[in-house]
Amino acid sequence: MSLTKDDVRKIAFLARIRVPDERLEPLAGELNNIVGWVEQLGEVDTHGVEPMTSVVEIATPMREDKVTDGGIPEKVLANAPDGEGPFYGVPKVVE
Amino acid sequence: MSYLIQGETGDWEVVVGLEVHAQAITNSKLFSGAPATFGAKPNENVSLVDAAMPGMLPVINEMAIEQAVRTGLGLRAQINKYSVFERKNYFYADLPQGYQISQFQHPIVGEGTVTLDMADGSTHEVGIERLHLEQDAGKSMHDQDPKRSMIDLNRAGVVLMEIVSKPDIRSPEQAGAYVRKLRAILRYLGTCDGNMEEGSMRADVNVSVRPKGSDELRTRAEIKNVNSVRFVMQAVEAEAERQVGVWEDGGEVVQETRLFDPSRGETRSMRSKEFAHDYRYFPDPDLLPVRFDDDFIERIKATLPELPDDKKQRLIDDMGLSAYDAGVLVADQETAAYFEVAAEGRDAKTVANWLTTNLFGALNKMSKGIGESPVSAQHLGELVGLIEDGTISSKIAKDVFDIMLETSQAPGAIVEEKGLKQITDTGAIEAIVDQVIADNPDQADEVRGGNDKAIGWFVGQVMKASQGKANPGQVNGLLRVKLLG
Amino acid sequence: MSDHRDWTIVTAADALTKGEVSSVELTDAFINAIEAGQSLNAFITQTPEIARARAKASDERRKNGDARGPMDGVPIGMKDLFCTEGVRTTAASRILDNFIPTYESTVSGNLRDAGAVMLGKTNLDEFAMGSANITSYFGSVKNPWTPEGANANLVPGGSSGGSVAAVSGGLAIAATGTDTGGSIRQPASFTGLVGMKPTYGRCSRWGVVAFASSLDQAGPLTRTVEDAAIMLQSMAGHDPKDSTSLPMDLPDFRAACTRDAKGLRVGIPREYTLDGMPADIQKLWEQGAQWCKEMGAEVVEVSLPHTKYALPTYYIVAPAEASSNLARYDGVRYGHRVPGDSLDEMYELTRGEGFGAEVQRRVLIGTYVLSAGYYDAYYVKAQQVRTLIAQDFKNVFADVDVLLTPTAPSAAFYEGEKMDDPIAMYLNDVFTVPASLAGLPAISVPGGVDADGLPLGLQLIAGVCQEETLFRAASALEHAANFTARPEVKL
Repeated sequence: MSLTKDDVRKIAFLARIRVPDERLEPLAGELNNIVGWVEQLGEVDTHGVEPMTSVVEIATPMREDKVTDGGIPEKVLANAPDGEGPFYGVPKVVE
Repeated sequence: MSYLIQGETGDWEVVVGLEVHAQAITNSKLFSGAPATFGAKPNENVSLVDAAMPGMLPVINEMAIEQAVRTGLGLRAQINKYSVFERKNYFYADLPQGYQISQFQHPIVGEGTVTLDMADGSTHEVGIERLHLEQDAGKSMHDQDPKRSMIDLNRAGVVLMEIVSKPDIRSPEQAGAYVRKLRAILRYLGTCDGNMEEGSMRADVNVSVRPKGSDELRTRAEIKNVNSVRFVMQAVEAEAERQVGVWEDGGEVVQETRLFDPSRGETRSMRSKEFAHDYRYFPDPDLLPVRFDDDFIERIKATLPELPDDKKQRLIDDMGLSAYDAGVLVADQETAAYFEVAAEGRDAKTVANWLTTNLFGALNKMSKGIGESPVSAQHLGELVGLIEDGTISSKIAKDVFDIMLETSQAPGAIVEEKGLKQITDTGAIEAIVDQVIADNPDQADEVRGGNDKAIGWFVGQVMKASQGKANPGQVNGLLRVKLLG
Repeated sequence: MSDHRDWTIVTAADALTKGEVSSVELTDAFINAIEAGQSLNAFITQTPEIARARAKASDERRKNGDARGPMDGVPIGMKDLFCTEGVRTTAASRILDNFIPTYESTVSGNLRDAGAVMLGKTNLDEFAMGSANITSYFGSVKNPWTPEGANANLVPGGSSGGSVAAVSGGLAIAATGTDTGGSIRQPASFTGLVGMKPTYGRCSRWGVVAFASSLDQAGPLTRTVEDAAIMLQSMAGHDPKDSTSLPMDLPDFRAACTRDAKGLRVGIPREYTLDGMPADIQKLWEQGAQWCKEMGAEVVEVSLPHTKYALPTYYIVAPAEASSNLARYDGVRYGHRVPGDSLDEMYELTRGEGFGAEVQRRVLIGTYVLSAGYYDAYYVKAQQVRTLIAQDFKNVFADVDVLLTPTAPSAAFYEGEKMDDPIAMYLNDVFTVPASLAGLPAISVPGGVDADGLPLGLQLIAGVCQEETLFRAASALEHAANFTARPEVKL
């Protein structure tokens, strides 16, 4: 399962990280190295083993349906790189 | 009678499945304590968790679980006592976390059924595949600024119940009936207000076509975010026709997302990207699996109201209504409730008729819903009662009804005030009959000559002379005796 | 005032209680030390005004008889992964270099409420991903144990490198860390400190910049085991805002530091003996076992058969969760933003510029192992192996009370070493990762020094929620080891 330059480009897009063209090949090498190393898990017999869900068995916490939050637009927008009044601004999206 | 599209090469069937996103009625959001209400100022109903600030964590709202189970029971579906929240990973401006917390492999509700009440009185079963809980996204506004889109996260994190049907729908009419029925069930249960204009219920419509008689499933396209029953029906029709055109031209329908444009009456493709749909689902490590027991389900079951199908059956069995009438009455909970009050101690069919014909007709003209009816259920029932006990004729009742619409008065009061009581005193009627016969000797001869229809004319004249108050049955009887012996 | 590098929480609390020193005086001494110790690059953001204000408030409280406990008035470092209200929080990343939280994390809030005095936000590997603190956007951290005149700096370990540099360099009495695969324990080992990771869920993760949700845990970095117990008591506790937070009451950690190992059963996992393990480490480990025996503990060999699969398991699970946790850093609502012609372009450029190389590598690996076609083979498989690893521990803890292992496979190394291959760097965590995967409480106690005089730590691991047993064994081991070495720091 060897990653090619093209695979890396696709994964980088899925992750929305711009990788310069010249880095694609070396990155493929680095990722292949890691992937090759983790593949040794294939040796382990996991037949009938449940994937781990939690460390300690506790009841799933739930919240009462009450309004306990919100009403803090100034905090929510405090760090906005591009705010316009009460909104966050982003480059125009065309649907 | 099946819906077919007549193409150039033959007839085609349409196969439709719907994914309805229904906002659950809760006070706060699915994973945060911010308000879940509609109409607040931008970013007013947003918590730090909703805004996906660094270090923020989700906590499940117990009411969301209840509403999902309640809805599942209303859909006669399997309730899953173990379910898991998973992350659906993708990037979009209205998705602050960069993932939506949803349910994938283990939804809270499994298979169920919705029975559609068709216009011709028949029923059609549509299977439910599943119902799962997920976060709603925020809103992007694209028309505020030429270069930018504006993001409002008020809706981000609101509880959505995604209800997925099986592809059992075969016509635009069925699609419309499905959405209406689903909405009715949700409103009866109180789990969603079903308000499509406000966006608390939206439909994604999956459409594919196939040659008539075939049982293959061809590629389908998804029409997203259709927000009215009418548009759902139009979208199905438009998309089915488009697809038939594609196949007959020798092309292939592509699996893609489309939008319905109501002004054009057609669907168009959304910007689609390669790899756009690898959501990389995995169980959310910030949450534990949802678990509850049979007792929990039973407690919710005990709170369920009588649902439309059961109510419909009861109206048919106990009150002798037709399937069609019963279906119309239960389609909306308010209407059903109104009917039951009005029909208490009265003839159900008569009340049903007054409701669906007279009242609905009037309300439509006024553009009012039954909740704003100037005529209360109590009063409508009383009106029918006055007809039943002979106080007024049905014709007079219509006049009384018109006054009730205007004044919201009780019918008894109107009848008293206007002196509209039906005349049943034989002597009084006889006097009027005699007078009319005496005034119209030529027509009297017509009747005696064998023209039966002319009796009707006499009845009309007597009714007019009595200002409509004479009991028509008695009038008819007396005329026959006096004219024909 | 005697050398502030020798202050512990206990000695400081004692001096404060007796009125021998005020919190303001103590705090000023450390502020000066930080000033003099800039070359360590232990802090990303210094907060002297806040520190002085909190110190003053502490002294006021004490004057009124309202002192809050042993942490009250004690100057500490706060790892820059904990969101602190009004104080820049960067996670050592360019993508958050201008982020000022409007909220306080539960753990840092608990310490603030206990009266602790925050000196500043300590440096770390970017987004806690690393074991040498060489990936920070704000520069690498220098290990105070770096010999005078060395050509390069020794790394302090990571990711909590800034915290350990601050404490071992005498810039703070204690500091907070977070541990995902060893990020508290390994740097503690590299700098001769005590570093403790509690049971997963003991400390709230609310307000801690998330790396790998099912593994991240906050914990103390201190000079002594008793200090760690005291600090943990203030940090930990149930938090309803964190669904993975343990609902149980906290035991009295400090009271558990009895130093009494008599009757304790100590397991030595045979699979922790690595090929080519440095002799010094092997020797210290054996010495550790010997100390245990001398203290009346029973030492037995045990087996944790899936140990060798722990690191690859971790390097699937952690990046996978991280790739999703870091998706929120998109330039929309906070942090760094690089403008773009389209939304996607803005995302790509922002994240491409905002994330460093190691973070990008891990996010890409994580994205890959979750992607269509690979999810079952990698992520599900890894979570299954994780269950087996946890089961291994559960099995041995039916038989023993604690496990004794080395903390790290080497002493601190020089910046520039182990750089050819990310995996060489990952191997730093070989002894710490298994306990992380199983969510077990674990602690590193300074055991001795190697031939170059550099500190080496010994790790103790206990069963789920068995912190009392852990502190009992650790306090005993610490007593036996009697580690007194100090770095030759000239500030």
